[in-house]
Amino acid sequence: MSTVSVAAPRPSEARIARRETLQQLLRSPTFIVGIAIVGFWVFCALFGSSVTPHDPQDQSFTPLLKPGGNHFFGTDTLGRDVFSRVLVGASDILKVAPLATLLGIAGGTVIGLVTGYFRGIVDDAVSRVVDAWLALPLIVIAVTALVALGVSTATLIVVIGVVFMPIVSRTVRAAVLAERQLEYVQAARLRGERAPYVMFVEILPNVMAPIIVEATVRLGYAIFAVAGLTFLGFGPQPPSPDWAAQVSENYQLVNDTAHQGNYWTVLFPGAAVASMIVGVNLIADAIARVLQR
Amino acid sequence: MTADGAAPALELRELDVAYRIRGRDRQVLRGVTFTVAPAESYGLVGESGCGKSTTALSTVQYLPRNGRVRSGSIHIAGRDVLGLSYAELRRLRATQVSMVYQDPSQALNPSIKIGNQVAEVFRVRGIASDEAEDRSSEVLRRVQIADVGSVLKRYPHQLSGGMQQRVVIAMALAKDPALLILDEPTTGLDATVEAEVLDLIAQLQAEFQTSVLFISHNLGVIRRMCERVGVLYAGRLVEEGPVEVILQDPRHPYTVGLIRCIPRGGVRKDHGRLDTIPGFLPMLGEELPGCVFADRCGLVREVCHTSEPPLHRLGERHASRCHFHDEAHELPRVIPENLEAASIDRSATPLVRVADLEKTFHQHGHAIRAVAGVSMSIWAGETVGLVGESGSGKTTFARALLGLVAPTGGSVEVDGRTVPPKLGQRSQQDVRSLQIVFQNPDSALNRRHTVRRILRRALKKLANLSGAGAEQRLLELAQSVRLAERYLTVRPNQLSGGLKQRVAIARAFSGTPRLVVCDEPTSALDVSVQAAILNLLVELQTMRKVAYLFISHDLGVVRYISDRIVVLYLGRVMEFGPAEVVFEGPHHPYTEALLSALPTIDGGGRERIKLAGEIPSAAAPPPGCVFQTRCHRKLGAICEEQAPPLVEVEQGHLMACHIPIEELRRLQAEKAVERVPAAT
Repeated sequence: MSTVSVAAPRPSEARIARRETLQQLLRSPTFIVGIAIVGFWVFCALFGSSVTPHDPQDQSFTPLLKPGGNHFFGTDTLGRDVFSRVLVGASDILKVAPLATLLGIAGGTVIGLVTGYFRGIVDDAVSRVVDAWLALPLIVIAVTALVALGVSTATLIVVIGVVFMPIVSRTVRAAVLAERQLEYVQAARLRGERAPYVMFVEILPNVMAPIIVEATVRLGYAIFAVAGLTFLGFGPQPPSPDWAAQVSENYQLVNDTAHQGNYWTVLFPGAAVASMIVGVNLIADAIARVLQR
Repeated sequence: MTADGAAPALELRELDVAYRIRGRDRQVLRGVTFTVAPAESYGLVGESGCGKSTTALSTVQYLPRNGRVRSGSIHIAGRDVLGLSYAELRRLRATQVSMVYQDPSQALNPSIKIGNQVAEVFRVRGIASDEAEDRSSEVLRRVQIADVGSVLKRYPHQLSGGMQQRVVIAMALAKDPALLILDEPTTGLDATVEAEVLDLIAQLQAEFQTSVLFISHNLGVIRRMCERVGVLYAGRLVEEGPVEVILQDPRHPYTVGLIRCIPRGGVRKDHGRLDTIPGFLPMLGEELPGCVFADRCGLVREVCHTSEPPLHRLGERHASRCHFHDEAHELPRVIPENLEAASIDRSATPLVRVADLEKTFHQHGHAIRAVAGVSMSIWAGETVGLVGESGSGKTTFARALLGLVAPTGGSVEVDGRTVPPKLGQRSQQDVRSLQIVFQNPDSALNRRHTVRRILRRALKKLANLSGAGAEQRLLELAQSVRLAERYLTVRPNQLSGGLKQRVAIARAFSGTPRLVVCDEPTSALDVSVQAAILNLLVELQTMRKVAYLFISHDLGVVRYISDRIVVLYLGRVMEFGPAEVVFEGPHHPYTEALLSALPTIDGGGRERIKLAGEIPSAAAPPPGCVFQTRCHRKLGAICEEQAPPLVEVEQGHLMACHIPIEELRRLQAEKAVERVPAAT
């Protein structure tokens, strides 16, 4: 019988492949810039007031100072340093958005696996519900739920997570539909495996790439959603230095004739939110490009 | 060079090509030199990874971005391709060279109608739109497309694979090229369609005096199509010569091995085992100071590792790159020839009895009878070959038997017990007794699981083993499929196709299967690997007394491994009998046509029977005998009105045809006179 020798396998091949993916990411300028932006905000959120020039809650400064001098971003109506408040303003968003994303991804993956694997009636029924769900604007669902359930961080996480589930499930379902056609799924059935085993042990590891990409994209949207809801008053409340809370607290000043031109209390926290979303999206783009080659 | 002094259509001189991978140049072509004379048809043969396609891509400078010609020269019709500017190269591609690839569905743009795509060939050369359209119809007629008007208005996906490939060939020939490169043009097609496309190419080539470079892994196809052939191994042309000479008197051990791997000349598993070529291709870019084949050669000596053999001229046009070319035919067999085949006791209860199995799919209000009442019994230790064109219901029958799709009628018995139609309703014992080896080992193994994990899970579910007992059995199992222990820790993507298929076979055998369905298990593999896998299957059958239902479109393989053969057409059995009887005849007219389409390396003689048109849709099968619309021996009204019953025409030989067996015997004997006797 033929000898199955020669060409020894390279056991580290899987690790090499993983390292190559990482190297490709590190070579992508998009990824580097994204990581730099997000990393900066994570660092500030972690070390909080120890990195700020002033205490973010200290109201002892002259109110509404223009940017410059001792206060790079000026001061707000209560005499707090805007620069210090912007630096620490990410901490709430950085807790709520990733947790909401995680919840949405977990729920969406389960729904996607079940609908994609079983097809038929289960798929039809769930997919119609998902379609209907997707037709409603996110803010309307979220506001309704928050009013009904009461405003809290936990509610915010759950609401955003649940809103994301159907969106994620669509992506996962599409990947599962392609995957279940492959013969290894039939092979699993032919040794008498039950459906949950086939879905979670056989199929799930093979659809991780689109799930990871979806997770990074969703994270960007989650930040956006948290900021929007906070602005509407459903998130962290004053005197929290949260970016959206700051904008919400101060945006009326910009329109107020007495304070015309006091843009800095709104512009800097707003720009911070924008930079965070851009940063996350840059990372998402880079990961998508590397994983979906 | 040609005698009449005209420039050769293609001339490669000492061509070296390298791909840059992970920062290093890896050599893929090593000084390839050959010439295609005007109007000549030159074949390039070799296993995957030998550099056949790279050769084709280099000639028109279509190498991927990391590939580059390091040295050597390429001349097409006397023009130096490497010295051309981009604009000149583009003109050359537009006017002088055409290429036809393996998969026609990818060569055609799915969003442009056929008419527009074909006309583009003319428009790119500055021909006015009106004229381009007229000439499009003309070239399509040339490739024997009957209904040109409607084909022009269709999109590629509305055509069958064979039809698509005709369109691609029409486009390739439209510019009357000096050189036509065909890269495995019929590999994805059914045998009958392949035969038609090959006939067409041969006919057009003769008519237009086109020079052809024909790339194929199939020596049978090369034999039919080419005058001369070059054998490529690890990027080096190891032997070259006229096709007949190469096949009759190969002078390189690689060529000898390649020819021995192919089941042919009526050899069957109980006559002897197939020989294989041990080992693997050298790694891409490996330094090979001596002969490229030295590591796998049975005649290897000291000098082979150190000095590269020169090209020995062995006759007018025959040349071999082997130090010991005069001994090549003495290449020792890797596999001892004798092989014990399983004995079959047909007086016992059949292992599996299928009665009137039906599977009807419902799609957009149409009922599609994919399997329309198939019955058969399979005994322990025997192999039943299942053949037919694609669309004949082979795979659906196997999947209905396994319970992967629920049959809509009929029954399946295992060991005399009726098993439920759906897999989910079957007991674990029934599930265990019926297993499968799939065609494509890439998708049949979970790419995220290691080999050990795949086999351990199979042992747990199919043999109820876990812990130390499972590990012990795992090692035995790996041993029995000749899978070295070190491969257990890797994932499938690090294994070659043959090794993956061994893992898949091990998985099917991890319990005690009674019947294993082999769904084209070797069609994705190279011939030398195919031979090893077939040997393994026969060996496991002898040891375990397992029965196989062996599906394949390669009739040579089916003949080698099968004890009995079932010929399916439109979900119905046309013929069923012992392998020799089905192959030797008298055959059902459909079987006769299938056999005539088979390209062999043993010699032609057999007259091609052209089947009219394509296999009809199972949603609307023809009335009477389902084969009557394409039958070359149709009698008349009776065939259109009455479906012939499947009756025993001889001992153990069943056939569904209105023509009496004696009449068939007489008709087919007229042809058989010309048939070449079985080869060595």
